[in-house]
Amino acid sequence: MGQNGSEAFVRFEGVQKSYDGETLVVKDLNLDIPKGEFVTMLGPSGSGKTTCLMMLAGFEPATHGEIYLDGQPINNVPPHKREIGMVFQNYALFPHMTVAENLAFPLQVRRMSKADIETKVKRALDMVELGAFGGRRPAQLSGGQQQRVAVARALVFEPDLILMDEPLGALDKQLREQMQYEIKHIHESLEVTVVYVTHDQAEALTMSNRIAVFNDGIIQQISSPDTLYEAPETSFVAHFIGENNKLDGTIQSVGKGTCKVRLDTGETVTAKAVNVKEKGSRTSMSLRPERIVINPKGKSVPNILKGKIQELIYLGDHIRTRMTVAGHDDFIVKIPNTFGHEPLAEGSTVNVGWESEDCRALDFTEAHGPG
Amino acid sequence: MKKLLKSGSALSALAAAGIIAAGVTATSPVSAQTTLTIVSWGGAYSKSQQNAYHDPYMKLNPGIKIINDDSAAEGLAKLRAQVEAKNVTWDLVDMVAASAITACDDGLVETIDPDRDLAPAPDGTPASKDFLEGTLTPGGTNCFIPQIVYSTTFGYRIDKVKTKPTSVCDVFDLKKIPGKRALEKAPIGNIEWALLCSGVPQKDLYKVMSTKEGIDKAFKKLDTIKSSVIWWTKGAQTPQLLADGEVVMGSTYNGRLFSLIEEKKQPVAMLWDYQVFDLDGWVIPKGGKNLAEVKKFVRFATDTQRLADQAKYISYGPARKSSAPLVGKHATLGIDMAPHMPTNPKNAKTTILFNYEWWADNRASLDERFNAWLAKK
Amino acid sequence: MAAGTAGTNTENAPLMTADGVPLKQSLQRALRQKRRGAFLLTLPLLVFIFIFFVAPIADMMFRSIENEVVGKYIPRTVAALKDWDATSGELPDEKVFAALVEDIKIGRKDRTIGKVARRLNYEIAGMSSLFRSTARRVARLDEGPYKEALIAIRPQWGELETWQLIQRESGKYTASYYLAAVDARFDNAGNIVAQPEERQIYTFLFGRTMAMSLSITLLCILLGFPIAYLLATLPLRYAALLMILVLLPFWTSLLVRTTAWIAMLQQQGVINDLLVLVGIISDEGRLQLIHNKTGTLIAMTHILLPFMILPLYSVMKTIPPSYMRAARSLGATQARAFIKVYLPQTLSGMGAGTILVFILSIGFYITPALVGGTSGTFISNYIADHVSTTLNWGLAAALGVMLLALVLALYLIYDKAVGIDNMKLG
Repeated sequence: MGQNGSEAFVRFEGVQKSYDGETLVVKDLNLDIPKGEFVTMLGPSGSGKTTCLMMLAGFEPATHGEIYLDGQPINNVPPHKREIGMVFQNYALFPHMTVAENLAFPLQVRRMSKADIETKVKRALDMVELGAFGGRRPAQLSGGQQQRVAVARALVFEPDLILMDEPLGALDKQLREQMQYEIKHIHESLEVTVVYVTHDQAEALTMSNRIAVFNDGIIQQISSPDTLYEAPETSFVAHFIGENNKLDGTIQSVGKGTCKVRLDTGETVTAKAVNVKEKGSRTSMSLRPERIVINPKGKSVPNILKGKIQELIYLGDHIRTRMTVAGHDDFIVKIPNTFGHEPLAEGSTVNVGWESEDCRALDFTEAHGPG
Repeated sequence: MKKLLKSGSALSALAAAGIIAAGVTATSPVSAQTTLTIVSWGGAYSKSQQNAYHDPYMKLNPGIKIINDDSAAEGLAKLRAQVEAKNVTWDLVDMVAASAITACDDGLVETIDPDRDLAPAPDGTPASKDFLEGTLTPGGTNCFIPQIVYSTTFGYRIDKVKTKPTSVCDVFDLKKIPGKRALEKAPIGNIEWALLCSGVPQKDLYKVMSTKEGIDKAFKKLDTIKSSVIWWTKGAQTPQLLADGEVVMGSTYNGRLFSLIEEKKQPVAMLWDYQVFDLDGWVIPKGGKNLAEVKKFVRFATDTQRLADQAKYISYGPARKSSAPLVGKHATLGIDMAPHMPTNPKNAKTTILFNYEWWADNRASLDERFNAWLAKK
Repeated sequence: MAAGTAGTNTENAPLMTADGVPLKQSLQRALRQKRRGAFLLTLPLLVFIFIFFVAPIADMMFRSIENEVVGKYIPRTVAALKDWDATSGELPDEKVFAALVEDIKIGRKDRTIGKVARRLNYEIAGMSSLFRSTARRVARLDEGPYKEALIAIRPQWGELETWQLIQRESGKYTASYYLAAVDARFDNAGNIVAQPEERQIYTFLFGRTMAMSLSITLLCILLGFPIAYLLATLPLRYAALLMILVLLPFWTSLLVRTTAWIAMLQQQGVINDLLVLVGIISDEGRLQLIHNKTGTLIAMTHILLPFMILPLYSVMKTIPPSYMRAARSLGATQARAFIKVYLPQTLSGMGAGTILVFILSIGFYITPALVGGTSGTFISNYIADHVSTTLNWGLAAALGVMLLALVLALYLIYDKAVGIDNMKLG
């Protein structure tokens, strides 16, 4: 988490939110977003990410704490004075106005001259490559076109901050991917700050500078996409981002950056101590499927266990193998389809091994996690 | 069924088949159940007819079943619709005289010959002489069989007037009787009262009303109380308005006032002065399916005793002279009904009887003028 | 034939189905069967609509111009009058009088003369008794000269006006009912002139009906909009409760509700009692809230309110809160966002509600009759009066047709202005 609070463009400080006075939807949010950053709030539904966005936009008051925008507290600033552009889940394009009128709306509100409005609307439409569609009604556009209009409308009055609330949720997969790049490019070329909400991790990984993973009203981890994937700090993050093998065990000893963990089936493995307590406490270890080696030679890796192959799925570039390891029968190994890789048969038993560095001992969780 | 089989012995072989048996039942004169549909006003009035006419008649004639239809308020329109559609389902309709004139003019109802169709008085006086004068031929028509004489007259709240009204002209005197009054939302009756209270002698009433100046004069009189009038369209409204204290006085049918005063015990008294007589009676729809049966019923229901009996249940005067002495006590209240009859000499010192012919001529145009007068403040 | 064309010209040959029938023909047959099926399914409804909707309206339209009475029941007189010049200033000759006597004699026997009397009395007061009294006395009239005899019976037979009227109304169709419906009439020369001032009523009533319906519609919008908004935005369980309250009036009879309003609004009623109790008005100064326009406005607004709320609600329900939020985030104040973004989207519902309420109220009749007194009654009250009391169905039909035309005209204007496709009823 960035500590240079004075430079933060958006800042949440101890923000809490409750709708019913009994449970906190957002528990204690502290978040700094520097200018020009693309931050994604990622999390399952009900994790509090959209609530955070709504508090930032001004549609929901914070129950406690303060939100700063460009150094100014904005808790008491009504939404229309915050100068924040927003793209909504279903675009919220005004159906009774044409595309051009939709775009002109924020400019008219700001009492710009007719000529200014015209040029700005045209520029915004050109930016999203919809120059010829100004006279149409939103309903006459395709989903992707509507999406672009929504983005253009949020940008047309040149706000410094854009909020996007699952803006691509209604599009099909192909269009969604295309739009991800377009939004990313717009962000890069305009250098605006974007706060983006999604529950789709691939989307978050593709677009963001940093991702804040939400669960249960708390930011679990906020990091760049690669760190998030490669160095998850909680079991939730490990499970939520990417594919993950979970091994539960009891800590036997904690060393310098590593720890020894005795698995529930009796074997002992060495893992990187990331988020562990003292000896004797439980831990859930995270191990990415592509970091596992089948039948490692001799003692080339510190951890070697037996695994029984349950299922082989041929996926072209790799072979996805489900096996039973240490009592877990959903242990996934991705075997690259390289020249001369070992032939495997369902039902056979093999050795699986990995580096201690790749096995991260995290907080213990009973749950399988989402996904 | 036994009777049927005997009478229809020729058909007895077939009678086993239920359907055919049913078909025979309908045509067999002996066991026939004739249903007469009689249209009247509902409420207390229909009840009085039920008690005085229908029940005794059905007792005497087990083959007759009488069904009440309470749609007399739309009687004229529905009757016309039935006659035009050539599907008359009504056998007898209760109507006020003015409607009966229209129905008769339009050929919707049967003409009657009183001395042939109606029972003579017990002393042998033919019906044409026994019924009150002119009641059999309102407006010169001859379709109407009168039952009762009723009157439209005023009731007032004893507790809400400082001085008791004594004359119908007190209705037009806002100084003497301040407060709202209820009048019927129609020119008929009101015009007569207004002219009487403008100094027109009663014998000249219809002569004066035939001139434009006369009508102007009547409206001018009505103008003086217009802002204090609540206009009613249904007979039940004035009693309600009186009971609620919404008006201090109001015109309505005398039977309604009787029930308000004697049955509901409201602090209301009658002002009989210049009560306007009107007639209510039967008409027989043309093309009805039970013409012979219904004529038998009418002969029974309008005989001297039956008309007198009706007065036991409702305070309307029988239309036969011979019935008057037979009027007794109220069936449930036990009060002597004679003093409550509009036809009682004590109540009928001053009365107005409509000139039906004049109203038949002028009702439409005067209604228009009256409505225009009402609508424009 | 199909085989022939296929054999001679293969290039332009129509496509055939497997058993050699041209494809087009086959398709048409299939479609025809489908259409016939659909038609048969809707047939009962069509028949129903025709019998109970189209036919009565057509009958009403016909009645408003139909005028067979005179020509049918005094045919000889009508025929004889053909040659008479109404503008000559002279009475018709003896031949016409003789024909009339015969017509009246037959009409008295057939009991049809009353119809003629009533029909002509609509135009000139006095015709009713003229015909009926003449009918009673003409029976003894066996030989001429009839002219003098008739004039002796009733001097009106010696007036040109009487004969001009008979001649004018002897056609199969008449415009008199429509003229009466717009407060006009034919004068003796057959020109269209306005009714005398004191008898002019219907145009005034049409105007008042329109004005009051408009007021009721506006009141319904003003009162219904916030309620519909609440319904659409409240949490479901409160909204359901509120919806029951909105629909409650539908579950009680119109008459009961109207009567309840009488108890509420009359001078000794609940509202006046309360106002006196609170001290806002004195006991003498009780407000006249009923038997006038106010009563009609209040009672009818209440009765018609659901018809405004429901379409509004159904439209508002479909407007997601994100529109308002989007507008706010784009810089619009709450008020501006409401006016520019929310309100326009409710227009289709408001349009539907407006049309519903306006059309319903323009034809309303029980409520104005009971609470409207004299200043709050509608044209429909007078139509009802002509149907049931005066039995002047021709005039009632003419007024009804005009009311129908008015509604259709408004509908067309609405279609032009808002577009009927934009109307959302639910």
